[in-house]
Amino acid sequence: MDAATLVLDEATKVYPGQDEPAVDRLSLEVGAGEICVLVGPSGCGKTTAMRMVNRMIDITSGDILIDGASVRDRDPAELRRQIGYAIQQIGLFPHLTIAENVATVPKLLRWDRDRIRARVDELLALVQLDPDETRDRYPAQLSGGQRQRVGVARALAVDPPLMLMDEPFGAIDPINREKLQNEFLRLQREIRKTIVFVTHDIDEAIKMGDRIAILRKGGRLAQYAPPAELLMEPADRFVEDFVGADRALKRLALQRVRDIDLWRAPLARAGDPVASVRAQTAACDLPYPLLVDEAGRPLGWLSEAALAGETVTADLVSDPQPIVELDDVLRDALSDLLQHESQYGPVVDARGAVAGVLSIEAIGHALRDSDAVPRAADAAVEG
Amino acid sequence: MVASAVAALTAPLAQVQLRDRSGGDAGCVADDGLCPGWIADNFDRYVDPLVQHVYLVLASVAIGFAISFALALVAHRHRWMIAPIVQVTGILYTLPSIAVFFLLLPLTGRGSLTAIVALVAYSLLIIFRNITTGLDNVPEEARDAGRGMGLTDRQLLWRVELPLALPEIMAGLRIATTTTVGLATLAFFAGAGGLGGQIFADINFKSNVVVAGGLAVLLAAVLDAAILLAQRAITPWTRARAA
Ligand SMILES: Nc1ncnc2c1ncn2[C@@H]1O[C@H](COP(=O)(O)OP(=O)(O)OP(=O)(O)O)[C@@H](O)[C@H]1O
Ligand SMILES: [Mg+2]
Repeated sequence: MDAATLVLDEATKVYPGQDEPAVDRLSLEVGAGEICVLVGPSGCGKTTAMRMVNRMIDITSGDILIDGASVRDRDPAELRRQIGYAIQQIGLFPHLTIAENVATVPKLLRWDRDRIRARVDELLALVQLDPDETRDRYPAQLSGGQRQRVGVARALAVDPPLMLMDEPFGAIDPINREKLQNEFLRLQREIRKTIVFVTHDIDEAIKMGDRIAILRKGGRLAQYAPPAELLMEPADRFVEDFVGADRALKRLALQRVRDIDLWRAPLARAGDPVASVRAQTAACDLPYPLLVDEAGRPLGWLSEAALAGETVTADLVSDPQPIVELDDVLRDALSDLLQHESQYGPVVDARGAVAGVLSIEAIGHALRDSDAVPRAADAAVEG
Repeated sequence: MVASAVAALTAPLAQVQLRDRSGGDAGCVADDGLCPGWIADNFDRYVDPLVQHVYLVLASVAIGFAISFALALVAHRHRWMIAPIVQVTGILYTLPSIAVFFLLLPLTGRGSLTAIVALVAYSLLIIFRNITTGLDNVPEEARDAGRGMGLTDRQLLWRVELPLALPEIMAGLRIATTTTVGLATLAFFAGAGGLGGQIFADINFKSNVVVAGGLAVLLAAVLDAAILLAQRAITPWTRARAA
C-alpha cells in the first residue's frame, strides 16, 4: 500500500470536565512517506494529538484528513486496522506467540493461513529477527529490544499507508535505542510510510524527523519545520530553549558518517606481504595499519612487531573499538569516539566490512562545512 | 451453630437409617473399628453416593460458573455493578448451607434441586471475584494495543482479556470445586444423597466414616488436579519464561 497524506486541520481536544484544551487548534500537513515528529515537554498533548488520528481519542472540533478523507466519517475499528500502531509499552499479547502477535490484524482481516504465515516471516526478517527462532516464542521469552522490534513488525503487518508511533523506543537503553533508531530509519528508506512519531527527546526528534512539530503546553504548535530549519532559525524563545543551547552540536545529528569525507587506513590480512602494506601506508591519511579478516571486517590495529617479518602476523596493539557504521549519525559516532577516548575508529558498511576511518578531526571539518550546507544528509539520501 | 444444627438433625436421621453391618470381621465391626475385610465386602454401597456426589458438585460448579461468568461480563462493561454483585453474592456465600436448605425446602422440595441451588449460591462469589480480578489484571498496554490495532470491544474481550484472565478464572474454579465437594456432604439434609448420607448414616463406625470421608477427600483432590491439568494445557504462555 502506498503512503498516505495526513492533514490536521485545527484539530482540538478538550477532555470532559476540563476548561483548557489538551490540544488546541493544531494544524499540520504531513506529506506521503514523511516522518512527522511531535515533540514537546511532558503533558503538552503529543499523545493526545497522535491518538486523535486513529480515533483512539475523538476530536472535539476541527478535522483530520487521511488522503483527503475525514476520519470522522470512518468506523473507528475499521479505520484503526489500516493505521499501524506502536506504543512505548509495546503491548504485545503475552498469551500469544510472536507469530500470532504479528498476525493480529491480518487475522482480523481474514487473510488465509498461508498468506499470514508468509507475511509473518517476511516481517520478522524485516525487523532483523530470525523467523525460525522467534516465531513460536512468547513475548516473555524475548529481550526488551526484540519485543520492540516485534511491536514494529506487528504495526507493519498489513502494510498500512500510515503509522502512529508513541515513544516507540522510549523504554530501551541508550545503546539499543540508537541501534533501533538506525534500523528503523533504514527500514523507512525501504517502506516509505507516512509516520507520526511522538517523542519528548529533542535529539531523537532531530534524528528521526523529516519535519518536527514542537508543541507547547496546552497542545499549541510552536513551530513546524524540518530539523535544520528548527536548529538554524528557531521561531521563538520557547523553541530556542527547547532545542537547547548546543544547537550547533545538535546539527551533527543531521549528518551521517557516510556523508562526510572519511579517512583511509592501510588494511592488512594476516599473511599479506609486509612490503605491500608499507606501500599502502604512504597513500593513507592514517599511518597505522588495520588488521581485517577474510570478509574485510576489522580485527584490530597492528603493532610494529606485526610488520617486522616478511609477512604480516596478527600482533595487535589494540582492538578496533569503537566501530561505527556508515549509517550512524555523526552525533552518535562522535559520542562513541569520546566514550572510548579514541581519536579515530574504523567505519563499517552494512555487511561489517571496513569502509574507512572516522576521526574527530574529520567531524570537525564536517561541522564547519555544514554551516554552509544545511541538511547535507537529505541531499545525500536523495542523490 | 452449624454443628449443633447438624447434631440435632443427625440424631433422628441415624435412627431412621438401617445400620447394615453385615459382612467382614464381626468382632472388628462390633468395636466400630477400621475393618479392611468389611470395607472390601461393602465397597459397593459407596458407589451410588459417590456418583451422586460427583453429579452434585459438577452441576453446581457448572451452573455457578455460568451465572458468575455472565455477571462478570456485564460488570466488566458496567463497572458500577461490581460492588452490588459482590455484596449480594457475599451474603449468599456466608449463609450456612443448612439454613439455605431449610429456606428452600418449601420452594423446591427435597432433592437434588434444593442442594444444587444452595451450592450454586455459595460458589457465585468465589468464581465471580476471580473472573473480575483476572479481567482487571489484564495489562493496560495490551488492551490499548488491541484497541489501537482495530479490535472491537467484543474481539478484545474474547481474544485478549479472557485468555489473559484464564489463570485467575481457573484458580477460582479450583477453590469453588474443592469447597463444593466438602459442602456437598451436607446435601443429604436436602434429600439429595451424596457421600454425606453415608457418613452420617453410621457416624460412629470408623470403617464407614473413613471410606466415605476418604472418597470425598479423594474426589476433591482428583477434581482439583484435573482442573490444574486443564489450566496448564490451555495457558502454555504462563510457563514460558525468559529462556
Ligand atoms: N483521558 C484523559 N482525561 C483527561 N485528561 C487527560 C487525559 N489524557 C491526557 N489528559 C491530559 O491532557 C494533557 C495532555 O496529555 P498527553 O498525554 O497528550 O501529553 P503528552 O504530551 O503525551 O505527555 P507525555 O510526554 O507525558 O507522554 C495532560 O495535561 C494530561 O493530563
Ligand atoms: Mg505521551
